[in-house]
Amino acid sequence: MRSDETRLKSYGKAFRAAFPYTIPVMTGYLFIGMAFGVMIQEKGYNFLWAMFMSLVCYAGSGQYLAVTFFVPGIRLTHMIFMEFMLNIRHIFYGLSLLERFGRMGKKRLYMIFSLTDETYSLFFITKVPPDVREDQFLFAIAVLDHAYWILGSGIGAVAGTLIPFDAAGIDFAMTALFTVIMVEQWTEKKNRPCVILGLSCGLVCLLVFGPDGFILPTMCCIMAALLLGRGQFDSVAAKQEEVRMREAEQHGN
Amino acid sequence: MAISVGRSLVIVFTVGATIFLTRLIPFLFFPKGREIPQVIQYLGRVLPPAVIGMLVIYCLKGVSVTTYPFGLPEFIAVGAVILLHVWKRNNLLSIGVGTVLYMFLIQVVI
Repeated sequence: MRSDETRLKSYGKAFRAAFPYTIPVMTGYLFIGMAFGVMIQEKGYNFLWAMFMSLVCYAGSGQYLAVTFFVPGIRLTHMIFMEFMLNIRHIFYGLSLLERFGRMGKKRLYMIFSLTDETYSLFFITKVPPDVREDQFLFAIAVLDHAYWILGSGIGAVAGTLIPFDAAGIDFAMTALFTVIMVEQWTEKKNRPCVILGLSCGLVCLLVFGPDGFILPTMCCIMAALLLGRGQFDSVAAKQEEVRMREAEQHGN
Repeated sequence: MAISVGRSLVIVFTVGATIFLTRLIPFLFFPKGREIPQVIQYLGRVLPPAVIGMLVIYCLKGVSVTTYPFGLPEFIAVGAVILLHVWKRNNLLSIGVGTVLYMFLIQVVI
């Protein structure tokens, strides 16, 4: 009993600490989720279906695409292929989280399941407070984001058409979130070549392949450049690390 | 509903499983306990900033710079977010002001 109580308390602490970081995602997810709710409701599925789907699937563009599957005559293999190609960028996200998720015990599978663009990005700007456990903190971020998404879809399916104000453009919250994270990454000098690489590969591939199919080529370009220029990107990172170590040492003295 | 409940459930679980698979693949290749190769550790370090850059482009992929309004609302709002964030370094402030500015630009100005 005693240990259950302390565990509950430390989870409460983790959720309270994580919440402020998730507010931008809340804004975005509630409204993008609502848009999904409206779409699926128009296909004849009520709010329970909308929320159930957001619980099980949990992907923005993936669910928008899935709405078009609820008609007769679409083969499952076609759905699997389309969804896989649309979400293929996620294959690379886990590479940065192998160790952190490895320390998360039973929560590991859920962390992998809930690794959306937004949750992934938040992991790189949040600092775990000293009195909060890292695994509980990351878990809290993942659960909160998922909850906003489910809630948004439910609201959209019930009352999406009754929203009293014009919400056009609210999805810019996601663009703004990624922009803020990019600025944060930029402030660390060692990240700059990588940020520039991501931006330029994305831009060139967008121009060459068009808006519907440029993410896979972009990821391939990024991977190729990072692997071929390993000395380049890593030496920058390593140098930066060295400088920081030296500074830390001096501070220590 | 144009299709049966059973079929709908099959679709939901199929889509869910496919999306989960895309996120699971790296963890299948490098399971817990096995040592992660140097090159993968390196990619894990350098990928996030590159992916964030890509995601910014991804968010702006629908913008047309050749037709009115030439992507101006997006570029102005993204610029405002960057400036505000460099200045104040407050996540919520940058995102909130940027979003409201963008909504104002597309609903009122254009």
